[in-house]
Amino acid sequence: MNTPEVEIRERVRQLLDDDRLPGVLGLRAEHGHVGPHVFNSADDLTALVLEPRYGMALVCQAILDGSPKGRLGVVARGCDERALIEMAKLGQVDLARLVLIGLACSEQQARECMCTRPYPRRIDVGEKVAGVAPGDDARVQQLLAQDVQARLAFWQSEFNRCIKCYGCRNVCPVCICDACVLEEMCWVERGKIPPELPFHLIRAYHIADKCILCGACESACPVDIPLTTLYALSQARLKELFDYEPGLDVTQKSPLTTTLEETPLHEL
Amino acid sequence: MNYRTVLTICPYCGCGCGMYLPVLDGCLGRPIPDKTHPLSQGRLCIKGWSAHEHVASKDRLTKPLVKTQGEFKEVGWDAALDLVAARLLKIREQHGPDSLAFLCSAKCTNEENFLLQKFARAVIGTNNVDHCARL
Ligand code: SF4
Ligand code: SF4
Repeated sequence: MNTPEVEIRERVRQLLDDDRLPGVLGLRAEHGHVGPHVFNSADDLTALVLEPRYGMALVCQAILDGSPKGRLGVVARGCDERALIEMAKLGQVDLARLVLIGLACSEQQARECMCTRPYPRRIDVGEKVAGVAPGDDARVQQLLAQDVQARLAFWQSEFNRCIKCYGCRNVCPVCICDACVLEEMCWVERGKIPPELPFHLIRAYHIADKCILCGACESACPVDIPLTTLYALSQARLKELFDYEPGLDVTQKSPLTTTLEETPLHEL
Repeated sequence: MNYRTVLTICPYCGCGCGMYLPVLDGCLGRPIPDKTHPLSQGRLCIKGWSAHEHVASKDRLTKPLVKTQGEFKEVGWDAALDLVAARLLKIREQHGPDSLAFLCSAKCTNEENFLLQKFARAVIGTNNVDHCARL
């Protein structure tokens, strides 16, 4: 059987040669490093690799934004697809211009990312494996076993390491505002490290109904703050309260924007 | 559409974190941290994350400016360098070489920093050499 890498290369070749797509976004190994790359010719595909995992959604957005028409292919894992769906809901990408090659992650990869849904809706390459059940995480269980004060103390000590690099915001596919409140003096004091707790809480509630738990923020954090643990906990609440999960369907609206329409405030 | 990612090293300090600079039709975008870089492993500090910003900034100086009578005027490189050389020589003549100091930068290459200290020591004659990373 072919490796997923070989199968993906063949899919990309088909999109370039048979479907005449101008480019397909994937990962390229070159000079011993791996990074995002748009493949324009089937001749270069021996350099296409699948690891390490980079979030593709923001790269797609940058490319589509910079070229008003034309389609783009993209090798997309489950988290990439969910990020793109969430970005489409926010008017950030036009899904009709993207052709996704769906790549399912392995069990080991799902475990590494603590991913609940390690596959896209349509799988072109790879086998669907079950995700990690939400909460099936030693760190989460340990936290939930403690009282509120102890949890607050835990988060405060984690956030105290923050060097305010803004990496978590920069890599997040659903953190989309042009003017970011985290750059406003009234919320986040300039020149002060670590930032006060609101820095992290503002980000947490801005993405509370959009976070697709891709883990990009945590892997960009130079000081290893377990950001997705926090966000996974708030996603679990969203699911419990509203039976809603971001990133699944572009027509589904966030309950945080519709709840008051359905049940006006005075009736709550 | 021409999209490229160019593998490079953050220009700001001696750590040398790895990044890809995305270039779309000639326009530079926000760096993508290089996850395969042995040192930085996909992380950057705020300087690395903003390393692209000055390139197309409208505040960027692209020509030498000389201040005469309180106002900046654009001049050519030769005129600017002649002026700097003449002033440096004059200051050294009047006040001695230790009245001058030279500031290097982490944003330059090793070779450029070497040249600056060589210039300070061998040409001007002072050991007053410092570096922005010490500020
Ligand atoms: S896991 Fe982090 S980067 Fe990914 S969507 Fe959630 S907040 Fe954004
Ligand atoms: S990535 Fe980590 S260190 Fe950087 S701002 Fe976010 S939490 Fe702070």
